[in-house]
Amino acid sequence: MRSKPFLTVAHRLAILAYIVVALFPLFWLLKVSVTPNDLLYSEGVRMWPSRATFEHYTFVIAHSAFPTFFKNSLIVAGSTAVAVTILASLAGYALSRFRFRAKYWIVALMLVTQMFPLVMLVAPIFKMLSPLGLTNSLTGLVIVYTAFNVPFATFLMQSFFDGIPRDLEEAAMIDGATQFVAFRQIILPLTLPGIAATLGFVFTAAWSELLFALMLISGNDAATFPVGLLTFVSKFSVDFGQMMAAGILALIPACLFFLLIQRYLVQGLTAGAVKG
Amino acid sequence: MTLAAHPHAVRPLRKRIADASEPYLYSAPALILIIAVMLVPLVLGISYAFRDIQLLNPFSGGFIGLDHFRALGEDQAFFRALRNTLWWTGASVFLQFIFGLILALLLDKPFAGRGLAQALVFLPWAVPSFLAGLNWAWLFNPVIGPLPHWMHALGILDAPNNILSDPQLAMWGPIAANVWWGIPFFAITLLAALQAIPRDLYEAASIDGAGPVQRFLSITLPFLAPTIAITILLRTVWISNFADLIVVMTNGGPADRTQIVASYIFTQAFKRLDFGYASAIALVLLVLLLAYSMLIVLLRQTLLNKG
Amino acid sequence: MASIDIQDIRKSFGTFSVLHGVDLTIRDGEFIVLVGPSGCGKSTLLRMIAGLEDVTSGDIRIDGRRVNDLAPKDRDIAMVFQSYALYPHMSVADNMSYSLKLRRTAKEKIASAVGGAAAKLGLDPLLERRPRALSGGQRQRVAMGRAIVRQPKAFLFDEPLSNLDARLREQMRAEIKKLHGDLHATSIYVTHDQIEAMTLADRIVAMHAGVVQQVGTPLDLYDRPANLFVAGFIGSPGMNFFEGCYLVSGDQAELRLANGVTLPVPQRAGIEPGATATLGIRPEHVVLDAHGALEAKVDLIEPTGFGIIMHVSIHDVPMKIFTLDRAMLDPGPAVRVDLPQERLHLFGTQGQRVE
Ligand SMILES: Nc1ncnc2c1ncn2[C@@H]1O[C@H](COP(=O)(O)OP(=O)(O)OP(=O)(O)O)[C@@H](O)[C@H]1O
Ligand SMILES: [Mg+2]
Repeated sequence: MRSKPFLTVAHRLAILAYIVVALFPLFWLLKVSVTPNDLLYSEGVRMWPSRATFEHYTFVIAHSAFPTFFKNSLIVAGSTAVAVTILASLAGYALSRFRFRAKYWIVALMLVTQMFPLVMLVAPIFKMLSPLGLTNSLTGLVIVYTAFNVPFATFLMQSFFDGIPRDLEEAAMIDGATQFVAFRQIILPLTLPGIAATLGFVFTAAWSELLFALMLISGNDAATFPVGLLTFVSKFSVDFGQMMAAGILALIPACLFFLLIQRYLVQGLTAGAVKG
Repeated sequence: MTLAAHPHAVRPLRKRIADASEPYLYSAPALILIIAVMLVPLVLGISYAFRDIQLLNPFSGGFIGLDHFRALGEDQAFFRALRNTLWWTGASVFLQFIFGLILALLLDKPFAGRGLAQALVFLPWAVPSFLAGLNWAWLFNPVIGPLPHWMHALGILDAPNNILSDPQLAMWGPIAANVWWGIPFFAITLLAALQAIPRDLYEAASIDGAGPVQRFLSITLPFLAPTIAITILLRTVWISNFADLIVVMTNGGPADRTQIVASYIFTQAFKRLDFGYASAIALVLLVLLLAYSMLIVLLRQTLLNKG
Repeated sequence: MASIDIQDIRKSFGTFSVLHGVDLTIRDGEFIVLVGPSGCGKSTLLRMIAGLEDVTSGDIRIDGRRVNDLAPKDRDIAMVFQSYALYPHMSVADNMSYSLKLRRTAKEKIASAVGGAAAKLGLDPLLERRPRALSGGQRQRVAMGRAIVRQPKAFLFDEPLSNLDARLREQMRAEIKKLHGDLHATSIYVTHDQIEAMTLADRIVAMHAGVVQQVGTPLDLYDRPANLFVAGFIGSPGMNFFEGCYLVSGDQAELRLANGVTLPVPQRAGIEPGATATLGIRPEHVVLDAHGALEAKVDLIEPTGFGIIMHVSIHDVPMKIFTLDRAMLDPGPAVRVDLPQERLHLFGTQGQRVE
């Protein structure tokens, strides 16, 4: 089949339209972040300011607590991503490879956790964590985020495991491995794309979380960047330039991570479970 | 000799226990965490729905039975929020699905630069939801954002005003942000499902003389149907619970026109600090969503059994 | 090397019963081939011996030791899968040495074992490649290599050649036979391929619906099939059957078919006169003879190159004939045939062989 040139052009134009719509808001963020304060309103709707500046960035980096927020977010999102991926790999493997009585209950439990507004948990979790000294601590945040992200990550990992033939670990077990060794040495290395996808997905989610970061953390020392960004709103009331500069900086790690993993995400979902 | 008649019984107990417990060992860490950090708080939260829990009132805390639910039955704001939730969820899911499906179809066939295009169009997903909300709020602000001016120029708006402060139009603001933010989710899942369709089916169909439209209707759609069903189900539930954009962009205003149940819960809990009432609302929402999911799953079963 | 002893093995998945009591004794160094139609439980039996499926009831012994409750890794057997199940992220050499590494074998020993196996199978130039970069036949060899490096007590093969093309299959078949001649390893081999079964087996086990139908040497099964199932399953093209009523008059016995035709048959004590019986004769044993007793209408001629398969009918009862006679490419509308008495098989009402 030869494709008609007209269709090809229409196809490319449609893709282009999607790209423009996807990127325009981010471009606007960037534009405001490089607009000097005195031009912010007078040139509010111009596509690019007549004079661009990095002063907002230098201020945010040098004179605000933003580097601390950034570091905290990195620690929290990174640890959460690693912890979730480990737990979800184990649980996803169990769901993919074993038939056992509690399986349906586990799946049901995980589905229910996706069904209610997490706001409902704020007060109980605060009450449970504070006697343990886990409020106002990054560890507390990591624990909470890990729990929130494990269910979806488990389903994601399960679909990756479902895509790997069972023959492989049977061969390994005959070769002399226990099921766990087969899992670690044969199956896990083959699931690397899935692990990457899960890591990236969870990292992005934990990087962005606001509600619990706001509720469980009160000081600046343990604040993550979404909380920090909100403090910009109150402290500098309407300093859009600095906020957007901070916003752009905060976007960078999440976007980088996402760019790296997005194709594995497609691949992983292709492998299985979501088709159920 | 009875033992020989029942060879199962000879199997060493230790091995049977080891075999049976293996899947539980794998899933235990995840389960324990979910139970400790989600299920137990959920049960606590549900119990709050039957108690008088107000953060600022030191005499609160007692059991009050169904009082919250009685109050809820007469709370006009709640019913308005319920209607708004339907509107918000329906419009968001529908638009995300349509645009996501089109995008997935556009990305299905290989073309030069597909990898890059895919990475770029999926990027909004990586943007933290509240930052997306702030960003769109600015875009709708006529002082620093271009959208009102463009919409005015196109004749959609009479004057370049902020639609977020117009009671008639305000809901479209968060919906637009939500669609922008959520298209990638649908596109990724649908693209994955598309790529799992065996290519030779299309070839067989075109040899049989099916045109592109027929191929889409007779192969693509039936193959995608299960994914579409489950994705829409999950997404509907998720979006009904998703208050970030609304809280950041409009905070439920103007005049409660954009207040959805999830943001109403947020307001009750953190503006009024009435956790008891907030939990009661959340419980009602949970029950509604569970009922909705059951309904969809049952519907799907009956459809499958018929087919 | 080892003997394998299977006693009254049963297997059910939930309430679905797959194996209904299988008994089998495999001698040290013997090559056993399992045949049977799809779904009859061959793979299940093999996987139970390997330890990949639980035993519902019965005993499996390897070298006299009961292994029902041993994990696969502790049974010291090797298995070649139909899919080969090579580890995609490891090189050929790593694939072959994985089992030895798990057993903490010394490095030099591993190297020499892998080298030896690679030399035997002609894998030397491929040792550093990943499975993805191998052809089907090469993958098959690696799977074999992985099995032989550690000199296990027994080899299990589950349709190892079925993914290869005909020529390669022939070649690998010969190599497996040679390998078995070298190693004398106890082997159990599942296949759908008649020729593989006949050429490789010391003894063939024919299974049907979870029950062993006959165990014997290939020629046993060919010459003296124990029942209708084995008779029809072994041999290609398959045996011709005629069902009818077994009648005796004086010292003559005959089979009267439903359409009234009678065929003379040898007299057998194991069957009551008047009972329903089935007569079987292999296509290659039907004799074409211008003075033959029966007239057969020719329906279809299938030349195979080597010989000719003729589809004929005797009074509308279909029959196949296999002949090497090229003249039969154009036999005319009808031929005359004989069914030699010494080539006839007789099966009783229950399908069992009667002598
Ligand atoms: N895990 C399982 N759960 C339920 N039934 C199973 C399972 N594994 C196999 N079976 C059933 O057991 C029967 C025997 O299967 P098995 O794989 O042993 O057949 P086979 O003889 O190897 O067939 P083939 O020649 O097609 O490979 C089949 O009916 C199959 O459906
Ligand atoms: Mg099989």
